[in-house]
Amino acid sequence: MTPLFSLRGISKSFPGVQALDDVSLDLYPGTVTALVGENGAGKSTLVKVLTGIYQPDAGTITLAGAPLRLTSPSAAARAGVTAIHQETVLFDDLSVAENIWLGHAPRGRFALIDRQAMRAQAAALLHSIGADLDPGTPLRDLGIASKHLVAIARALSIEARVVIMDEPTAALSTKEIEELYLLIEKLKAEGKAILFISHKFDEIFRIADRYTVLRDGRLAGEGAMDSVTEAELVQMMVGRPLDRIFPARSRNIGDEIFKVQGLCHPTEFHDISFSLKTGEILGFYGLVGAGRSEVMQALFGITRPSAGTLHLEGRRISIRSPAEATRAGIVYVPEDRGLQGAVKALPIFQNITLPSLRRTSRAGFLRLAREFALARDAVRRLDLRAASLDQNLGLLSGGNQQKVVIAKWLATRPKVIILDEPTKGIDIGSKALVHEFMAELAAEGLAVIMVSSEIPEVLGMADRVIVLREGRIAAEVSGPQMTPETLVRAAAGIAEAA
Amino acid sequence: MMGVISRDGLLGLVILALTGAVALRFPGFIAPANLAAVFNDTAPLILLAIGQMMVIVTKCIDLSVAATLAFAGMIAALMNGAGVPLALIIPAAIGIGAALGAVNGLLVWKAGIPSIVVTLGTMTIIRGAIFVLTDGKWVNAHEMTAGFKALPRAVLLGLPLMSWAAIALIAAFSVFLARTALGRSFFAVGGNPNAAVYAGISVGRSQFAAFTLCGALAGLTGYLWVARYAVAYVDVASGFELNVVAACVIGGISIAGGAGSVRGVVLGALFMGIIANALPVIGVSPFWQMAISGSAIILAVSFNSRQSRRQGRLILKRAAP
Repeated sequence: MTPLFSLRGISKSFPGVQALDDVSLDLYPGTVTALVGENGAGKSTLVKVLTGIYQPDAGTITLAGAPLRLTSPSAAARAGVTAIHQETVLFDDLSVAENIWLGHAPRGRFALIDRQAMRAQAAALLHSIGADLDPGTPLRDLGIASKHLVAIARALSIEARVVIMDEPTAALSTKEIEELYLLIEKLKAEGKAILFISHKFDEIFRIADRYTVLRDGRLAGEGAMDSVTEAELVQMMVGRPLDRIFPARSRNIGDEIFKVQGLCHPTEFHDISFSLKTGEILGFYGLVGAGRSEVMQALFGITRPSAGTLHLEGRRISIRSPAEATRAGIVYVPEDRGLQGAVKALPIFQNITLPSLRRTSRAGFLRLAREFALARDAVRRLDLRAASLDQNLGLLSGGNQQKVVIAKWLATRPKVIILDEPTKGIDIGSKALVHEFMAELAAEGLAVIMVSSEIPEVLGMADRVIVLREGRIAAEVSGPQMTPETLVRAAAGIAEAA
Repeated sequence: MMGVISRDGLLGLVILALTGAVALRFPGFIAPANLAAVFNDTAPLILLAIGQMMVIVTKCIDLSVAATLAFAGMIAALMNGAGVPLALIIPAAIGIGAALGAVNGLLVWKAGIPSIVVTLGTMTIIRGAIFVLTDGKWVNAHEMTAGFKALPRAVLLGLPLMSWAAIALIAAFSVFLARTALGRSFFAVGGNPNAAVYAGISVGRSQFAAFTLCGALAGLTGYLWVARYAVAYVDVASGFELNVVAACVIGGISIAGGAGSVRGVVLGALFMGIIANALPVIGVSPFWQMAISGSAIILAVSFNSRQSRRQGRLILKRAAP
């Protein structure tokens, strides 16, 4: 069988990161190809190349043998490539039919949109995928599964030949997933080439015909689904030497300082219990959406858990707001440091003292000298290069802004520090600095919780790892049990190999 | 050679140039007594703009300031008519303004309604309440006691108390915003609400505080206004809220929140005050005054947005002659 859509030698780099390196991918008509890989392996970059959002630095793309350049998303759409995303990219205030036809609506007289044709054709499309939706319904009134169906109908309306599904089952119930499988069968029967991205092995083995594995932006394996086992796929995903060097740590683990018991949230997580010792780095691993950040946000008082108890230094504490958490000695360095950490219009020193205003003021009045002293201490520890602490934070480079955000939390003199994806989106050199710094914090007796999706980082830095899956603790491992395979298996819910 | 000048410095230069240009034709305009009179005229705008600025910095807007002023002013006039001593009237006016501001703040904080909607509503309600309270009747000069009317005009060290009130509050709020935890929180909340939450600052509570302070300033200005002009009625300072917002915008307060200074606001208010006082002197129709203020707003905003593209820094590089 000849491939319908072929990528050869695709490379794409961003400053400091080689996101894709000589990747090839073939999609065949009437075939579902699973694209698997760890977070950060390059899956989404590849999808963006396929849909014309990114231009590759090197490589060729051919459609049915003819070379093709996808210079824009609309060029990709004209070529018949369409993507259905995890969160549907649709318009809540438009009707189902309008969503399906937006941008390429059937035209009538005077080039005006032919509403009747639009509705009739939308109804026909929806019927063809077995969705009984009224084309006139506003999208807002539909559930997430129905919205997916509309997205699929929209994909079909542009006469797509290549359909990319990016974790389409993430938000669906079991019954809805079954319906999606039926639909995928239907698309296969119509000869569409389907690229199916998923972290869930059971559904990959259920629905896919072929697989392609990416690892660190390179092709790690490809072939037919019936000639591969789960264990072999896991091996391809993670099977690399731990080539990055992590700082040697003088482990100085003391007594238990923080204990979480039976922490629950109505929708995000259930029965989370763990304890943390001084000087320890506890890793939290899991797939995106496993509930790691949600647990941390509850510990920091951003959201309220529905049940559970916290003990800090043996005393029962209750945390109802970030201010209370900070006062108790628990701080959280959020994942999105730009959005949740930096106030770019304020000077560096004011960013650093923001959570510590209580300490730098007397009777509500700020002591500038104390603020500067606090800020100077904090940035000295982080080796921050800035002309002056009076500079607005927005003028610093991304890496330095991150340092300021971390400095701001250290300045509160915490006992427990939660770092959410501490090295996400920073270059390798800065990563090593952050790792060293984390090791220093632990050596000083701070209890560190590190949420990370990068297996090498988790294995290289953590003393102990808790794996979350679908909001529950799937495994807690330490010592020799800490292997890439155990983590990936626990995170994806694969039974232990016999 | 490149020179660097701050935005406030540039606005200051524009004000000086404007004053100088008027003085070329009417030297009397820059006589100290006249400049003092212009400042005194601008004092209510300055007071209201300082309050408005704090609200805007927290990413909100208060359209009810002028109505609050009218309401507090009317209550002050009525209390005066009922024989209440001045020492109680002034705190009462401030308290009424603060209470009305607090209502705005609570609706924004607890009910989560956008501030422009809340204050558009309370603006109308407050004006209506004045009418209900008075049946639309005016309180005229002869119904006010001499002491009530005299206070804002009383001269101390060459300036009326009205001006001294503005000067004192400019100083007080400059310190408040630069040197207190609450003042700092206004900028954090407006600059990045998400980051403020993570830093343990309540966004809603900060906005509530800004509205309350803004209301208190409007309440005080209400007494000063009614006493100075010696009349209180439903439509006192009608539409003035837009002048107040204009003074803030011209003064470099970012409508998106998080950036601005008392100094900028004072300059913005003075700019508007000088336009208002100078144009009649040189015989330009008041309608031109509106066009000039309008153009200044658009210029100021385009200036602000050009700067925010340059990493949000309020610095203008320009070639020196």
